[in-house]
Amino acid sequence: MDGTALLTITVLAVFVGFEVVSKVSSTLHTPLMSGANAIHGIILVGAIIVAGQAADPWVLTVALLAVVLATANLVGGFVVTDRMLHMFHAKKDVARTGAQPKAGGR
Amino acid sequence: MSLLDPVWTSLLYLAAAVCFILALRGLSSPRTARRGNLVGALGALIAVVTVFLSARLENIPWILAAIVVGSAVAAPVARRVKMTQMPQLVALFNGVGGGAAALVALLELGHAENAWVRVAIVFTLLVGAVSFAGSGVTFAKLQELMTTRPVVFPGLPVVMAVVLVAAVAAGVAVVLSGSLPLAVLLLVLGLAAGILLVLPVGGADVPIVISLLNAFTGLAVAASGLVLGNVLLVVAGTLVGASGTILTRAMAAAMGRSVAGILFGAFRGGSTAGSTAVSQRPVRSSSAEDVAVLLGYAQRVIIVPGYGLAVAQGQHTAAELAQALEARGIEVDFAIHPVAGRMPGHMNVLLAEANVPYESLKEMGEINPEFKTTDVALVVGANDVVNPAAKTSSGSPIYGMPILEVAEARQVVFLKRSMRPGFAGIENDLLYEPQTSLLFGDAKDSLAQVLGAVKAL
Repeated sequence: MDGTALLTITVLAVFVGFEVVSKVSSTLHTPLMSGANAIHGIILVGAIIVAGQAADPWVLTVALLAVVLATANLVGGFVVTDRMLHMFHAKKDVARTGAQPKAGGR
Repeated sequence: MSLLDPVWTSLLYLAAAVCFILALRGLSSPRTARRGNLVGALGALIAVVTVFLSARLENIPWILAAIVVGSAVAAPVARRVKMTQMPQLVALFNGVGGGAAALVALLELGHAENAWVRVAIVFTLLVGAVSFAGSGVTFAKLQELMTTRPVVFPGLPVVMAVVLVAAVAAGVAVVLSGSLPLAVLLLVLGLAAGILLVLPVGGADVPIVISLLNAFTGLAVAASGLVLGNVLLVVAGTLVGASGTILTRAMAAAMGRSVAGILFGAFRGGSTAGSTAVSQRPVRSSSAEDVAVLLGYAQRVIIVPGYGLAVAQGQHTAAELAQALEARGIEVDFAIHPVAGRMPGHMNVLLAEANVPYESLKEMGEINPEFKTTDVALVVGANDVVNPAAKTSSGSPIYGMPILEVAEARQVVFLKRSMRPGFAGIENDLLYEPQTSLLFGDAKDSLAQVLGAVKAL
C-alpha cells in the first residue's frame, strides 16, 4: 500500500477515534481506558509476523518474547474489561431487598 | 505458503478494524459497554486467525506456544485480581503492550528499506519504551511498592533534558545508519525517559498518566503498522491514540487539572510539598456508640465511600447500615466522587460489585448542594476527595480538584484507620474542625460496630 493511502487512513482513524469517545461519562472512564488498552494488544499481529520471519535464533527469541507480551496485553485486557463491565451489569439485576426500586434507571 | 488470497486478507483486517471502532463506541455508553468489549475481542480473534492464514510464516509451533504462554499468564491474573487492584493491572497490561511494540520495531530495523521506515521504527522504539517503563513505575506506585508521592530530586530536569537530547541524537543516528547497537541504546534511553517522566507524578494524578501512556502505546502500535505495512495496526493504534488522548483530557478536566500540570507540575517545586509529618493538633475521636446516636437521630445522612472502604471489603456492611438507617425513617445516600478509589469511575465499579443499589449512588454535582441540609456526613475511608484544601489552599497538590463538600454538613464523622494522610499525601484540615469526629479502625469493623449500635438504639 502506498504512502498517501496509509496517511489517508491514519488521518481518518484519528477523527473516528476523537468522535467515538467524545462524550463519555466519568463513570465509564476506567472500563474505556481498559478496553482501549486491550485493543492496542493487536500489536500481537505484528509480533507474529516478525516471529514468523525470524531465521536467527536470537531474533526468534526476542520476537517470541514480543508475542508473549502482546498476548498478555490482548487477552488480559479484554478479560479485565469484561469483569469490570460485568459489575455494572449486576447492579441493575440484583437490586437489594429493602431499597425502593425506581423504574427505569440510567 | 499462504492460504488466503490478499483481497480476503484485506477484507478480514477491515472487518477487525470495524469491530474495534464498534467496541470503542459501545464502551462509551453503560448499556452497550459489555457487548462492545466482546465485539472488540471478536475483532482481535479475526485478526489473529487472519495473520496465520495469510502471511508466510515459519516457526508456527513456537509462535503458538508463545501465545499459549501469554494467555496462560494473563488470563488467570485478569480473572482473579481484586477489583481494588484493577488500576495497577491496567497499567501493567499497557506496559507490556508498549514493550511488545518496541521489540517488534527493534527486530524490523534489519528489514528497513528506506529512511522513512527507519523514522517510524525510531518513533515506535522510543514511545514503546517510554510507555513500558512509565507503566512499570505507575504499577509500582499503585501497588505501593514505592511511595505514591511525587519523587523529585535536585537536578531531575537536567537529567531529563540530557536523556531526551541523547535520545534524539541516537534516534537521528539510527535513521541515518540503521545501526542495531544504536537502536538498543535508544531503547535504553527510552526506558530511562519513561521512568523519569512518571517519577514526579504522584497521588491521584497517577491514573491520568496511565491513560496518557495508554494513548502512547496506541501511537507506537500505529507506527509499527506503518513499518510493517499493516493497515489494521495503523487503524487500531491510531484509534487508541486518539481516544486515549480525549480520555486523558476528560479525566484531567474531571479533576480540575491540566495534563501539562500533572506531568511537569512537580518540576516547578513547592506544589508537591504535601506533608509527611502527622500534625500534633488535637482531634475529637468518638466511639461506635456515639456515632450510632448521631446517625440514629439524624434526618438525613450522606455516606461518602472511599478507597479505604473498598480495601476493607466493607461495602456490604455499609449497604446494611444504610438499610438499618432507612428502616428508622432516615434518608440515606451515597456520594460518589468521580475519582473516588484509584481511578475515575473506580468506586462505582467497587460498589456495584457489592450490590449497593444504583439508586442510592449520587454523583458529585447532584449531591453537593444537599450537604448543607444534611445532619451527618459519614466519610468511610475517603480523604482527598473531601479535603477543603482543594478549594482554599492554592499551594496544595490537589488545588483546583472539585471535591465533595462534606464540610457543609452539620456533623462530619470520619471512619479512618489512622491519621496517615490519603493517597495525595496531604493533611486534611477538616479532621481538626469542631464539627468533626473520628472513629479509628478498619472500615469494615468500624461499620459493623456502628451497625450493631444503631440496631440496639
